Amino acid sequence: MAFDFLQDKDRIFTNVYGFQSWDLKASQQRGDWDNTADIIKRGNDKIIEEMKASGLRGRGGAGFPTGLKWSFMPKEAPKDSQGNPRPSFLVINADESEPGSCKDREILRNDPHKLIEGALIAGFAMRARAAYIYIRGEYIMEAKVMEAAVQEAYDAGLIGKNAAKSGYDFDVFVHRGAGAYICGEETAMIESLEGKKGQPRLKPPFPAGAGLYGCPTTVNNVESIAVVPTIMRRGAAWFASFGRENNHGTKLFQVSGHVEKPAVFEEAMSIPFRDMIEKHCGGITGGWDNLLAVIPGGSSVPLVPAAQIMDAPMDFDGLKDLGSGLGTAAVIVMDKSTDIVRAISRLAYFYKHESCGQCTPCREGTGWMWRVMEKMRDGDAEIGDIDTLYEVTKQVEGHTICALGDAAAWPIQGLIRHFRPEMERRIREHKGENMVPEVMEAAE
Amino acid sequence: MAEAPNIPDEIETRAKWGDFAFTPDNEKLAKWQIAKYPAGRQKSAVMALLDLAQRQVGADTKTQGWLPVPVIEYVAAYLDMSYMRAYEVATFYTMYNLAPVGRYHVQVCGTTPCMLRGSDDVMAACKNKGMAKGKSTPDGLFTLTEVECMGNCSNAPMVQINDDNYEDLDYDIMTRILEDLAAGKEIPVGSQIGRKTSEAEGGPTNLHAMVEENHDYRGEW
Repeated sequence: MAFDFLQDKDRIFTNVYGFQSWDLKASQQRGDWDNTADIIKRGNDKIIEEMKASGLRGRGGAGFPTGLKWSFMPKEAPKDSQGNPRPSFLVINADESEPGSCKDREILRNDPHKLIEGALIAGFAMRARAAYIYIRGEYIMEAKVMEAAVQEAYDAGLIGKNAAKSGYDFDVFVHRGAGAYICGEETAMIESLEGKKGQPRLKPPFPAGAGLYGCPTTVNNVESIAVVPTIMRRGAAWFASFGRENNHGTKLFQVSGHVEKPAVFEEAMSIPFRDMIEKHCGGITGGWDNLLAVIPGGSSVPLVPAAQIMDAPMDFDGLKDLGSGLGTAAVIVMDKSTDIVRAISRLAYFYKHESCGQCTPCREGTGWMWRVMEKMRDGDAEIGDIDTLYEVTKQVEGHTICALGDAAAWPIQGLIRHFRPEMERRIREHKGENMVPEVMEAAE
Repeated sequence: MAEAPNIPDEIETRAKWGDFAFTPDNEKLAKWQIAKYPAGRQKSAVMALLDLAQRQVGADTKTQGWLPVPVIEYVAAYLDMSYMRAYEVATFYTMYNLAPVGRYHVQVCGTTPCMLRGSDDVMAACKNKGMAKGKSTPDGLFTLTEVECMGNCSNAPMVQINDDNYEDLDYDIMTRILEDLAAGKEIPVGSQIGRKTSEAEGGPTNLHAMVEENHDYRGEW
């Protein structure tokens, strides 16, 4: 059963590798900003209906249906205490910081006009008056390109008053972060945009009710917004023709780790893991027998052992069925040379470093989990400590305001679930118990 | 969080930076940043202004800059916010330096995707040039920091030095970069093994038409 690979004509991000210019003229030659006013004239509700029909699920990790999210925005502007209408805002999450993720960077620096045009269409559909593009601070050159592209769009009358001659006024602003993974969480991002430290807010109220400056706000990932103009031009049915039911569309995949040729590329959703690696990454280093495990959706999702992932479809439901997730489609491949305990321990360190300190289970738990994981690396522990570690991950999970606690817990849970024998082997070895050396294998 | 920075003596700092003010060029940039936000929401520009201030300190000291307390006070007053609210921001985000750094801030990514592809070797290359994590070299040229995922995972391992990324590294390449920097040589940024960006090494697996010309695919829809 051969997989139908995505054809170049169906790729949305045709300049993803930056072989051509990102500027307005080149982007227009590729089809961006082509009669955008016509799309806007369809009206707010038609655009949202089209988005719903396309089946697009948010590309930032959670996979929430994008059209549905937009429909939560108020149709009538809510009034403030003085009776004045409050504006609505679109916030575009370009705080790409999930280990393994490096796709939004390519949109920002190589195809920025897709994002700006998408911001206008999405902003219009949800009745927002402006979009803020929140770019992670470390993307310095990317933010420069984005600022320049926004200026080009203003100069050409594509955004601002009567944007693209649509009769709609819409502003786009670039806001740079300054180094904090947590700002990728939508309410932390809003806090950060307001000039505060980025600590997540309790929900409710949800941003669609009270977000940026207390106004209705929708936060969408860069890729979710940048695909909008193409979906509008080619139609929901075209987008929905890719991928399995409930997992439609094309998607930017990012492969890192132990493949011959790591790369970012756009493919159809539900592409089998093996086909994806063979076509786009030159295979696994040392061959398929050398594959140990894969983290398929960025550091926050549990790893999947080789045997389970090899022929799995790369989509939301396919990876959920394996106890993991598609996340941002950041695929971290690990071959048998990997010190799997260290690989996960390094992620534990990441979450300890990035915990914002607001909730105790996360603030204390991430440090504790990392310290125990470091002991597990050398086997300097008791077998029972594995159970204690698992228990602590369960106490952190679900007991914090945002999902960073869960994200810190899941990689360790995945490790214990699939590689407990390896963890126990290290502990026994450390104690000097005689063990027959064996090839590291996943538990299944 | 990284180890606590060694914050310089307060009296000296105040003597040196007590009358800090934006240069006319930076004043213009500050006003442009503030104008991005609704009236009365100027506080939203605090991150941008702290960055601007740090860069100005850097230009004054020929380093990558840092944020002395009087400079944070200046930014807070500029935005009509309390010092503590600005200090909260300066200490929360990792890109604000609370102590001086060198001319080159060498930020090696050590998170798992880079680790899998040899960030240990990149770090070793730095250490073998006399650098130590969290410290500056005695000549003030280099400051070494291990940073968390920088979002270049398909070009791992990588390092960010000042405003530029160097990708697809190994021990020898990193050694050469550090030597070239010390010698004041120009180094191409991005991939160090000839990749344009994040396409597969040796040439893209798709979108071949885009390599040579700005291809418009709409005719094939």
